[in-house]
Amino acid sequence: MEICETYANDRHRMLDILLDVQDRFRWISPKVMETVARQTGLSRIEVEGVASFYSFLSQTPKGRVTIRLCNDIVDRYAGLEEVAKAFEEVLGIKVGQTSNDGAFSLEYTPCIGMCDQAPAAMVNDVVLTKLTAETARSAAEALKAGTSPSKLVNERFDDLTAHEQATRMVDNNIRHAGEVLLGPVPEEAGLGKAVGLTPTQIITTVENSGLRGCGGAGFTTGRKWRFAASEKAEKTFVLCNADEGEPGTFKDRVLLTERPHLLFEGMTIAARAVGAKEGILYLRGEYVYLRKLLEGVLAERRRRGLLGKDILGVAGFDFDIRIQLGAGAYICGEEGALISSCEGLPGEPKTRPPFPVNRGYLGYPTVVNNVETFCHAARILDRGAEWFHAMGTEGSHGTKLLSVCGDCLNPGIYELPYGHTVWELLEMVGDEDAAAVQVGGPSGTMIARDSFHRRLTFDDLATGGAVIVFSGERNILEIVEYYMSFFVHESCGYCTPCRVGNVFLQKAIQKFRKGLANAEDIEYLKELSGTIIETSRCGLGMTSPNPILTTLKNFPLVYSAMTKPSKDRIRATFDIQSAIDDARRIAKRRSYIFDKDFSQ
Amino acid sequence: MTELPKARIATASLAGCFGCHMAILDIDERLIELMKLVEVDRSPLTDIKRFTKRCDIGIIEGGCCNEENVHVLHDFRRNCDILISIGQCAIMGGLPAMRNAIMHSDAPLRECLEEAYITGRYIRNTTHDIPNDPALPLLLDEVYPCSDVVEIDYQIPGCAPTGDIIFETLAKLLTGKFRGFEREMIKFD
Repeated sequence: MEICETYANDRHRMLDILLDVQDRFRWISPKVMETVARQTGLSRIEVEGVASFYSFLSQTPKGRVTIRLCNDIVDRYAGLEEVAKAFEEVLGIKVGQTSNDGAFSLEYTPCIGMCDQAPAAMVNDVVLTKLTAETARSAAEALKAGTSPSKLVNERFDDLTAHEQATRMVDNNIRHAGEVLLGPVPEEAGLGKAVGLTPTQIITTVENSGLRGCGGAGFTTGRKWRFAASEKAEKTFVLCNADEGEPGTFKDRVLLTERPHLLFEGMTIAARAVGAKEGILYLRGEYVYLRKLLEGVLAERRRRGLLGKDILGVAGFDFDIRIQLGAGAYICGEEGALISSCEGLPGEPKTRPPFPVNRGYLGYPTVVNNVETFCHAARILDRGAEWFHAMGTEGSHGTKLLSVCGDCLNPGIYELPYGHTVWELLEMVGDEDAAAVQVGGPSGTMIARDSFHRRLTFDDLATGGAVIVFSGERNILEIVEYYMSFFVHESCGYCTPCRVGNVFLQKAIQKFRKGLANAEDIEYLKELSGTIIETSRCGLGMTSPNPILTTLKNFPLVYSAMTKPSKDRIRATFDIQSAIDDARRIAKRRSYIFDKDFSQ
Repeated sequence: MTELPKARIATASLAGCFGCHMAILDIDERLIELMKLVEVDRSPLTDIKRFTKRCDIGIIEGGCCNEENVHVLHDFRRNCDILISIGQCAIMGGLPAMRNAIMHSDAPLRECLEEAYITGRYIRNTTHDIPNDPALPLLLDEVYPCSDVVEIDYQIPGCAPTGDIIFETLAKLLTGKFRGFEREMIKFD
């Protein structure tokens, strides 16, 4: 089959093969899976393992136009329900269905990184933002009339440049440009200086700057590079993690649109530091609309001698980058899972150690860094370690992109030095009445007003960038339940405590919301959360109970207000009448015991 | 030596298999020792159907699958100072709770009954009726663990728990020395 041949029948490109198959046939049929398996020398079940793992790959036929509505909590609060209803009415299908003529599929998907312009939707590769019932209705009607999705954005979409196309679809909402990333950035200044340095000097510079990973975990970047550089191996890889799946995070989206050269510059510098010849940009499936733009930038860089052989005329400095598109799996933002995914496997985390810097992509030492981290590194090489080190606070140097969304006047991107308090940030975004702020997305911390004096640093409130603001009208438990359902959906299923435990946590929260919880259930939540954290092997399970644990800590009254005390030690939360109601209907009689007026 | 007043014990089997009651008898000759400390009130072992007096300890086998189970459990909670769940059915719902797994159905209870009495592969039910005698208690929508219905003070795990653990726990509770289970006693693999 020709698709397989495009990728040289390489089993490590399985995800690309299947994405192309999905694109062309709108599903991955058992027959196709057999062909792919034969071509790549795998068993059908291995192919199916990949096909069934990613939510953008489907084993039932999808419509030629697939509409994915983002159902993040922010989109819900921004009017998702009416938007969904409008699509349902015009297309004549419910969410989760495909129309009989195979023209349309309508489905929900978790956060697509457009929380600053919610509600948003993906129509095939096109992103629609700030939807209302009316715009959704007219979009659906146009699609039904045969308009191609891109024409919904602009009549002359195809005539626009890739950058214009991206920015017509999605506003970048840069509200505050800081000194490092979003201010004026001279072209290739960092790379120019890096070629004059030895790899060790580059690493030392990055180390001295105090730069830490910006994806959330905050590992020291220079140390990571040093570990990888010290491995003796025939190949080394540089991977960029552009799979920002944490609900409420959209900072990398902005960098990928506005600073792609800086990113690739940073990756090239990293390649020089660790001696890598190949790099991969792992782009989340939701950002497919940026692929054309990024491919264009890569091609331009190759043309200008900034990628490829003998970069900037330095003999032996070879490096090139390919883009690996993801397919809708949050877990692939985890380093190990991202590597698995690049290798054409289901995106399951790997057991650590060995760490990726020792044995990563295809078993070779691999540096995996976030988009923002690479951009910072490029700027550090230009301006020097001290310049960067002087910004921020002790232990958290430089600036950080914060993506702010939710109930505030000015959602968008803020580049700020580390160390601002939540109050200061709220003042800038225009919502000093906020009742709760979720820092770092669902896996971060939910804080109440009494903690708004806390600072945004690695040591106090760490964040990968997401800051979600909630007003006093929002139901904390509803938010928590949504986040738990998100983790239930995104758990890869490898560790039982995470696969099953998160379902139990979600059910327990539902019990609270229905007012059916006992005081002891609070203890149960804490105990089960502790078990999940302790027994999961990757960051997802280690942080998935955080929505519950941090709200229990910072909003304890929300929980206790929903509990019902027992009466005479008989649970008031067990309702016998509703429990026997089904049986009453089936038996067509009433209860001798619990229907008091029963007489026969 | 003055004799201490004997503790009163009551037991009941709800949605269980009576295996846990068999396990109580598995205490063997230590029963004689135990009987020096206790008197058995309402229990299938004595065939006493109603509480004659307030009891110190109530022992519950099985979870709640029907309204009568709930009624009995309420009665035990009202009449016993300490209530003990014994065995997995009482603690978690156990085997009967398998019917809780019929989830993606609009009428799970009806589906369960139909499979059990009409459509099941090995069913020979010539009348095609679901039993519905007025004397049959109504089923609950799901099988509930006892702790969902009333507060439970102690749980003795196992399916069924061994005679040893039952004896040890009761003996310690009666002498006020119970401090939780030894790991070895509740390790099943």
